[in-house]
Amino acid sequence: MQTSEPKKLNYLNVEHTVSSWLLTVDHKRIGILYLVSITFMFLIGGLMAATIRTELLTPAGDLMSSDTYNKAFTLHGIVMVFFFLVPSIPATLGNFLLPLMIGAKDLAFPRLNLLSWYVYMVGASIGIFATVTGGLDTGWTLYTPYSTAYATTNVVLPALGIFITGFSSILTGLNFIVTIHKMRAPGLTWFRLPLFIWAHYATSMVMVLATPVIAITVLMVALDRGLGLGIFDPKAGGDPVLFQHLFWFYSHPAVYIMILPAMGVISEVIPCFSKKKIFGYNFIAASSLAIAVLGFLVWGHHLFTTPQSMYAAMAFSIISFAVAVPSAVKTFNWTATMYKGSITLEAPMIYAFGFMGLFLVGGLTGLFLGALGLDLHVHDTYFVVAHFHYIMVGGAIMAYMAGLHFWWPKMTGKMYPEGPAKAAALIIFIGFNLTFFPQFLAGYAGMPRRYHEYPPEFQIFNVLSTAGASVLAIGYMLPLFYLLWSLKYGRAAGPNPWGATGLEWMLDSPPSPHNFDQTPVVTWEPYDYPEAHRRAADDAASEAARA
Amino acid sequence: MLLSLSLFPPQASTNAPEVDALYTFMVALCGLTALGVIAAMTFFAIRYRRRPGNEVGADIHGSTALEIFWTAIPFAILMFVFAWGASLYFKLSRPPADAMEVFVVGKQWMWKIQHMEGRREINTLHVPIGRPVKLTMTSEDVIHAFYVPAFRVKADVVPGRYTTLWFQPTQTGEFHLFCAEYCGTEHSRMGGSIVVMQPAEYEAWLAAAPGSGGGPAPANLTPVEMGKKLFTEKACSTCHQPTPGGVGPVLVGIFGHEVELATGATVKVDEAYIRESILTPLAKVVKGFPPAMPTFGGQLTEEQVMSLVAYVKSLSNAAPPAAAAPAPAPAPTAAAN
Repeated sequence: MQTSEPKKLNYLNVEHTVSSWLLTVDHKRIGILYLVSITFMFLIGGLMAATIRTELLTPAGDLMSSDTYNKAFTLHGIVMVFFFLVPSIPATLGNFLLPLMIGAKDLAFPRLNLLSWYVYMVGASIGIFATVTGGLDTGWTLYTPYSTAYATTNVVLPALGIFITGFSSILTGLNFIVTIHKMRAPGLTWFRLPLFIWAHYATSMVMVLATPVIAITVLMVALDRGLGLGIFDPKAGGDPVLFQHLFWFYSHPAVYIMILPAMGVISEVIPCFSKKKIFGYNFIAASSLAIAVLGFLVWGHHLFTTPQSMYAAMAFSIISFAVAVPSAVKTFNWTATMYKGSITLEAPMIYAFGFMGLFLVGGLTGLFLGALGLDLHVHDTYFVVAHFHYIMVGGAIMAYMAGLHFWWPKMTGKMYPEGPAKAAALIIFIGFNLTFFPQFLAGYAGMPRRYHEYPPEFQIFNVLSTAGASVLAIGYMLPLFYLLWSLKYGRAAGPNPWGATGLEWMLDSPPSPHNFDQTPVVTWEPYDYPEAHRRAADDAASEAARA
Repeated sequence: MLLSLSLFPPQASTNAPEVDALYTFMVALCGLTALGVIAAMTFFAIRYRRRPGNEVGADIHGSTALEIFWTAIPFAILMFVFAWGASLYFKLSRPPADAMEVFVVGKQWMWKIQHMEGRREINTLHVPIGRPVKLTMTSEDVIHAFYVPAFRVKADVVPGRYTTLWFQPTQTGEFHLFCAEYCGTEHSRMGGSIVVMQPAEYEAWLAAAPGSGGGPAPANLTPVEMGKKLFTEKACSTCHQPTPGGVGPVLVGIFGHEVELATGATVKVDEAYIRESILTPLAKVVKGFPPAMPTFGGQLTEEQVMSLVAYVKSLSNAAPPAAAAPAPAPAPTAAAN
């Protein structure tokens, strides 16, 4: 054992100045910049959620005015969707891990990567500035002609924020696509890629193809409002429902921007803590692509109550049912991966279990909404609110937490405390269900969404929901404390604390600034835990023989 | 059961039990699926936990047969659910021909309702039990949605066009009416009630006090009468004469029929087409007529347009579907000035 080994350089300790962070082109540092930024956004969005839930404790609108309430749910939606969920996994974990997982030294365009963070910051800052100085009351959906001609709040500035932030997504997506195509290590064929990479590949396609549509759409809203073009104004021959088609042409695929990377995380975590190959690799990879493609063809299921043609509605309904199949296939494969595994329940696995439970409920309740005749009753009620929170919060954020805990040792070199992490996972799971399950019931009972005041018979559901939100808030605050605590006091993680396969686990934790000293040559299949176990046993045996 | 009562709104229309049946089926189907997967996960997590002798998972990479099985079976089940949901939707998209008609205009933040018999109301809709009711709706400003949970129906109310919604009440009483599409400050207060009455009570209600608006004379007129009056006042009758020879097409007997346009296309004369032809007459000009009609866009309220539509419709009905309507169907010859 050497005693005089110089302190190893890693991407964190290589430089310490502020400018070394703000001008970095290291994908790992940019991932951390995103992590800090979106955590801040999550806190703002969460604060708004707390405001909404407190107001809804009683049927009367007694805490704030209707206008304030309307601004609160609008800010909550815009911040959570555009400034937190869309960049969440891809921009943080994706940025950090993608080059590591494919044996590359960085993304294909490191400067573009930094630019995408700045673009995001500019867009998000404008969005926050606009909502703080006056606010916006259109809902995150910005439906016309309310947003173009009737809202008296500040529509153009937040629209500009969304417009600008969109370019950050496009740049990130483009960077990922090129990197995955051109920078894989020798031997790392497409079917040896981690499923996390497949998921990000599919996500990037959606980002690049769908985001321009929302950019154009909010631009049209701004022009219609500012210059009175009348694109969405029936008095000028425009069509207000056209906006909904354009909006959902992006915003439905955007749900897949949130959930596909989440599925990628789960596909890494479950094999690792089952010490088993993933079941049906090809089918999971193909289902990511199927979801990305079919996801573009279902936007009309948000418009079943609008005067769209009955036959169009039927086409959108049938494709919406079809897109449920690849998600079901993934779920079955994850479950089958655990069969005859060697399962341990560390915190990332608990979070992954939480994801499975909540995503199941979210996905299955989506089927209720795809069924045309049933949707006419539950559309625009709390049933929908519950459904998409199960997918976007229960699914995407649970997986984000699973991923954050799984790769935290890699990102920081430190282990977080296991007990509090498991406790937080359980508290989030319980708090989440208590918050959102009653909303399914409120919705079927007939409570419309975006209601500042509501009839008293819905109060019981709202009281349960608000109680759950308090539990959920505690659950979400806990990781903030113990993860930060671990930066200083956590024990050293070592290169591979979970005994995971994958190139990122062959590196030091935290990795060196340039990731790989020499480009790895990949000769093995992904998730080959049995083989990794045999090799470890052989090494141990030869070690013993030598001694 | 107090609990079960609060989990479902009242079942007060022919549609409600059908939607509830699909919902109950879905709850059972999805509940069992979720429980099955969660049970499997839990069982595996316990049965295959790491312990001495089980240090690593079995070397299994997948099974194509299983993949086909769990792709095909869910797909087949989902297609069945699709067909069920679509058949309900199909029914709700086709109002029965004998439905009683009511006009609805939404605006920030109230519902204005006009009965064919002349009575008007705001934020409350009185209807008789057991009869299909068809609402023809539009908005004066932003998009609203007319939602009656007890009937399990909802439709957007969109400015610039007509949308329809129909239901057949099966239970008397008072039920929630909500606006379900976010429409601004008072969105959550843009509601009221649907009052379902016995037919006799309903007739009495109709015959009682005139328009609740308490406005001047027009409040007492039926939409057909008001439309007829406007038809003369706005000089529609100058060109649209009861017999061929006028500058514009004859409107008698055209409702519900197809007409050929100058472009060669055909269009069915329905409420939406009449509305369009009043407000933007040059959009679809009938073949053989000059594009001479002036636009009335911006000059008529939505209620006035609806009454003109009702009048033109009445020209095609010897006996208007609103059987109780006191308005006699104007004889074609009497319609001319």
